[in-house]
Amino acid sequence: MNEGLLVILLLFLPLVTFVVNRLFIGKKWPVLSGYLATLILIITTLLSVVLAWQYYFEYGKINGTYALFIPIDEPWLSFSNSLSINFTILVDALSVMMVLVVNIVSLMVHIFSLAYMKGEDRYGYYYAYLGLFTFAMLGLVLSGNIFELFIFWELVGISSYLLIGFYYTKPEAVAAAKKAFIVTRFADFGFLIGILLLGSLSNQFDIVQMVGSLTSQQTLTQGAGTSFIGLSALTWACLLLFMGAAGKSAMFPLHIWLPDAMEGPTPVSALIHAATMVVAGVFLIARFFPIFQLDGTVLTIVGIVGAFTAFFAAIIACTQTDIKRVLAFSTISQIGYMMLALGVDDNILNPHLGYTAALFHLFTHAFFKSLLFLCAGAIIHAVHTNNMLEMGGLRKLLPVTHIGFLVGCLAIAGVPPFSGFFSKEAILFAAYQQHKWLYAVALVTAFITSFYMFRLYFSIFWNKPVKNEHTHEGNWLIKLPLLILIALVIVTGFIPFGNFISANGKPLLLPMHIGFSVIPVLLALLGIVYAAILYFKESNVPASLENSFGLVYSTVKHKFYIDELYQFITHKIIFNGIGNASAWIDKQVIDKLVNVSAGITFSFSIAIKKLQSGKVQQYLLIFIVGILCLFVLFLV
Amino acid sequence: MIVHFLIIVPILTILIMLFVQKQQVIRAVALTGAIIQLLVVINVLWQYVLNSDMTTGNVMLQTNVMWFAPLNIHYSVGVDGISIVMLFLTALVVIAAILVSWKEEYLTKEFFVLLTLLALGAYGFFISFDLFLMFFFLELAVIPKFLLILNWGSGNKTYSATKLVLMLIGASAILFMGILGIYYASSNGSPSFNMLTLKDSGMVYHWQLIFFPFLFIGFGVFTALFPFHTWVPDGHSAAPTAGSMFLAGISMKLGGYGLIRLVTMLMPAAAQFYSPYIVLLAVIGILYGAFATMVQKDLKYMNAYSSVSHCGFVVLGIGMLNPVAITGAVLQMISHGLMTALFFAAIGMIYCRTHTRIIKEMGGLLTYLPFIGGLFILAGLASLGLPGLSGFVAEVTVLVGSWQLPFLPYRIATIIAAASIVVTAVYILRAAGTILMGNTKANHFDTPIDARWYEKWAGVLLGIGILIVGVLPFLILKIISPTIHYWQS
Repeated sequence: MNEGLLVILLLFLPLVTFVVNRLFIGKKWPVLSGYLATLILIITTLLSVVLAWQYYFEYGKINGTYALFIPIDEPWLSFSNSLSINFTILVDALSVMMVLVVNIVSLMVHIFSLAYMKGEDRYGYYYAYLGLFTFAMLGLVLSGNIFELFIFWELVGISSYLLIGFYYTKPEAVAAAKKAFIVTRFADFGFLIGILLLGSLSNQFDIVQMVGSLTSQQTLTQGAGTSFIGLSALTWACLLLFMGAAGKSAMFPLHIWLPDAMEGPTPVSALIHAATMVVAGVFLIARFFPIFQLDGTVLTIVGIVGAFTAFFAAIIACTQTDIKRVLAFSTISQIGYMMLALGVDDNILNPHLGYTAALFHLFTHAFFKSLLFLCAGAIIHAVHTNNMLEMGGLRKLLPVTHIGFLVGCLAIAGVPPFSGFFSKEAILFAAYQQHKWLYAVALVTAFITSFYMFRLYFSIFWNKPVKNEHTHEGNWLIKLPLLILIALVIVTGFIPFGNFISANGKPLLLPMHIGFSVIPVLLALLGIVYAAILYFKESNVPASLENSFGLVYSTVKHKFYIDELYQFITHKIIFNGIGNASAWIDKQVIDKLVNVSAGITFSFSIAIKKLQSGKVQQYLLIFIVGILCLFVLFLV
Repeated sequence: MIVHFLIIVPILTILIMLFVQKQQVIRAVALTGAIIQLLVVINVLWQYVLNSDMTTGNVMLQTNVMWFAPLNIHYSVGVDGISIVMLFLTALVVIAAILVSWKEEYLTKEFFVLLTLLALGAYGFFISFDLFLMFFFLELAVIPKFLLILNWGSGNKTYSATKLVLMLIGASAILFMGILGIYYASSNGSPSFNMLTLKDSGMVYHWQLIFFPFLFIGFGVFTALFPFHTWVPDGHSAAPTAGSMFLAGISMKLGGYGLIRLVTMLMPAAAQFYSPYIVLLAVIGILYGAFATMVQKDLKYMNAYSSVSHCGFVVLGIGMLNPVAITGAVLQMISHGLMTALFFAAIGMIYCRTHTRIIKEMGGLLTYLPFIGGLFILAGLASLGLPGLSGFVAEVTVLVGSWQLPFLPYRIATIIAAASIVVTAVYILRAAGTILMGNTKANHFDTPIDARWYEKWAGVLLGIGILIVGVLPFLILKIISPTIHYWQS
C-alpha cells in the first residue's frame, strides 16, 4: 500500500472514532461505540504493523542507513515564504517505532476498557476521548513540522485533561485534571518560545530543514553574538525545548501533576500516564537530538535532571501506599532513566549509545508499565480499593493478574531475561562510559526500584493469608490484554533494538557484557530480598521502621512538600498577590480616574450652573461690570 | 451594487419591524433580515473572489458618490479582504444574538430594532472608505447601546450604560479631532476624507506625529486598550446577553479594524514612531487583563476582563507593524469575536436557568446542562488557545509575527504576551471546573432544561465558525493576506 495513504488512514481513523462517538452514537448506543472504537484500533494497529514491516524490512534502509520519508507536506498556515506551519508527515525509524508502540498499547487499553469501564456513565464519551488521544499522540510522533508537533502536543494535553477529569463530579478528579493541564501548559509556554527562537534562528519550522540548517551553520549561530544572559540563542532554544519536554514527561520540578493524574480511570493511566504521553518529552529530545548535540551544556542538564528525578521519585515511591501512585512515581523515575540516557549520549567514545538506550527503554517501558497499570486496574476492579495496605494474599484470587504483575515487576527491576533488564543495562553502560557519578545514581536507583516494586508486589499478593472470596478476575476482555502484554514483556528485550533505532540511522550493536551486568542484577535481587524480608509476611517491622525514621519518613511521604510549595506560590503569591492586586488597581486606580474625571466634570458644571441663575438683576450686574472692565481695558 | 444591500437590508428590516405588532412576527422579521444579510455577505465574498484574482488584495466593488460637496464628503463604500471577514463575523454574531434573545418578552419591538440598528452601524463601518462616513456609522453603533443596557440590562445598569456611552463618545470626540486633522493636513492641498486618496497622497510626517495619538486613542478605547478599558467590564456585565455578544463580538472589533486602517493606510510613518508605545500598552493589557480575570467572581466580569487580555493581542499584532503580525491581529479579531460571543451566549443561557452568575454558587451543571456546558467548554477551550479552535491560530500568528523583529524589547514583549496562555488556562479551567464539574449545587434551579432549539442554533453557528477558523485557517488567510500585503507595501 502507498505509504502516504497508509499513514493518513492510520492517523485519522482514531479521529473518526472521536467525532462519531462524541457527536453521534456515544450517548445513545454506548456499547456500540466501545466496539466501534476497538475495531478501528485493531485496524490501525494492523496498519501500523504493516507500516513498520515495510519501513524496517522493505524500503526504509537506503545504503545500510534508515532514511526518512516525507509522504505528505501540505501548507496549513503560511506566515511567509519560508516560515509556515505545514501538515507534514515524517516517516523515519523513530516515528515508526513510536506509532507501533502507541497503537499496541492503545489497543490493549481499548480491549481492557470494554470490560473495565462497562456500565459507566458516559462510556461512549470515554471511547471518544480515547480516540482523540490516540489521534493526537499518533499525530505528535508523525509530525514533520515543529508547530504541527506543538499542535498535537497540546491536543494530547487536552485529551489527558478530559480523561483525568472523566469522573467530573469528583472534585479531586477535576482538581487533578486542572493541575495536570496547567503545569504542562506552563512548560508548553517555554516550548512555544523555544519554537519561536528556533524558527528565527533557522528561518524554518520544518523539522528536517530546521535541523539541517542549524547543524550546517553551527559555527555561524554560535559565533554571531546572539547571546542572552551569557548563553547562546541556540542553548536557550534547547533549554526551552527541554522545559516543554520536562513538563510533559514529569521531570523534577514539574513532576507534581503526574501522581495526581491517577484520579483518572486506570486504563487511561496505563495508556496516557505511563506508556505514551508522558514519554513524549523523551521523544521530543530524540526528535531534535542533532540540535541538542550542537551544544553539550543542555544535554548535560538533561542527564542530571533525569538522574536526579529517577532517584528522587524512587525514594518517594518507597513510602506511598496507593498502588497507582507508587506506579506513577515509578513512571517518573523510569522516564528519568530515559532522560539520563539521552544526557550521557556521546558520539566519541561509544557512538550514540545513550540515544538508542533511551529509546529502547522507552520501548520496553511502554509494555511493562502498561502491563503493571492494567494489572493494577484488574486488582482495583476486584477489591475496590487503591490502598495496598488493605490488600494482601490475592495471588490465588487473581492468578493471571498475579503473573502479569510479577512479570512487570521483574522487568522494571531489571531481572533477566525480562525486557527491562536489557534496556536498563544499555542505559547503565552508556552512563558508565560517560559519567561515573550519574552511573552511581542510576545504580542506586535500580536497587531502590526493585525494592519498592516488590514491596508493592508482596503487599498485594502475599503478606496476608490467601483469601477465598467469590470475586473473580473478570472475563477474557480483561485477561487477553494482560496475556499479550506479558508475552511482549518477555519477548521485546531480545529485539536487537540498535539495528532499528540509532541516532544516525546506522545499525548499532548494544553492548552486553556479563561482567558488567553482575552488579546491577545483584542489586536488583538484593532489593527483592529486602522487600521480601519486610513485606512477604504480615509484620509490624515496616511500621516500626517508618517510626524510627520519623521526620525523614514523613517528609518523603509528603513528597518533600513540593505540592505545598506550589500551592503557596500559586495561591498566595500569584492568585492573591498578583491577581487581586491587578483587580484592585483596576477598580481603585484606573476606574477611579475615570470616575473622578466624571466627577470633576460634574462639579465644574454645578459650579458654572450658578451663573445661569435666571435672576435679571444679577445678569445686569455682570453686564455692567463687564462693560466697565472693557472700558478700563480700552482706556489703558 | 451588492455592497449597498449591506446597508439597505438592515434599514428595510427596521422599517418592516416598525409596522408589525405581533411579537412572533417581529422576531421572525429580525431573524430573516439577519439571515438575508448573511446571504448578502456571502454574495459579496463571491463577487470579491470573482473580481479580484485573490492576489492583489485591492479594494473591490467600490462606489463613490458625492454626499456633501462643500466639505468633500463622499458616500464611498467598497470591500477588501479585511472588511469581508469582518462582515462575516458581524453577520454570524448578529444572527446568534437574535436567536439567543428569541424569548425576549419586554419591549420586543424596540429590542430588535435597536439590535438591528447596531448591526447597521457595524456593517456600514466596515465598508466605508470615507472617514466621515466611517465615523457616522461608528456613532450609529454606539448610541443604541445606551438604550439597550438601560432597558434590558441588569445590575448597576444606569451607571454602566452611562459610563460605556460616555467613554465611547469621548473616544469618538478624540477620534473626530484626529479625523479633522487628517482632513486639513492631507498634503495634496485639497481636504479629503477619502482613505484611498489619503493613502496615496501621504501626510507630512510631523502632522502624522501630532494626529496619530488622537486616532490611536480614539480607536483604542473601542478595542479596550489599556488604560481605557474600564468601560468593558461594567458595560458587558450590565448589558443583556445579546448586547454583550454584540459589544464584545463586534463593537470591540470596530476599534481594531480602525487601528489597522490607521497604521497601514493613513499614517504608516507615524505608526513606526509610536510602535514601541503601542506594544507596551498592548502587553500590559494582555498580562494585566489576564491576571485581573483570574480573580473575578462573576462569569460576565470574567469574560469581560479576558476580552481585555485577548484584545491586547489585537493591539500587539497591529503595533508590531509587520504583515504576519497584522494578519494575526485580524485573525484574533475574528476569533475573539466568535469565541467571546459564544461565551456570553453560554453565560446568558446558564444565567437563565440558575439566576446567578457568581462562579462559586454553581457546581456540577454539566450533568443537567450537557449541551450548554459543552458550549461553555468549547468557548473556554478556544479562549485558552487550544489548537483546532480559532484562538490558537490567531495567537500563534500574532506571536510569530511579533517575534520576527530581532529587537530585544519586542522579543521580551512577545514572551510576556505568550505567558498569558498559562494564565488564561488557569482562569478558564477554574471557572469551568467550578461551575460545570464537581459537586452539584443545584438548589437554585427552576428549569433544569438543556438548551432550546434557538439556543442550540446560536451555539452551533458560532461553534462552527470557531472550528472553521481553527481547522482551516488557510481559507481565511487566502482572503486577508493579499490585502494586508497590499496596504503594507
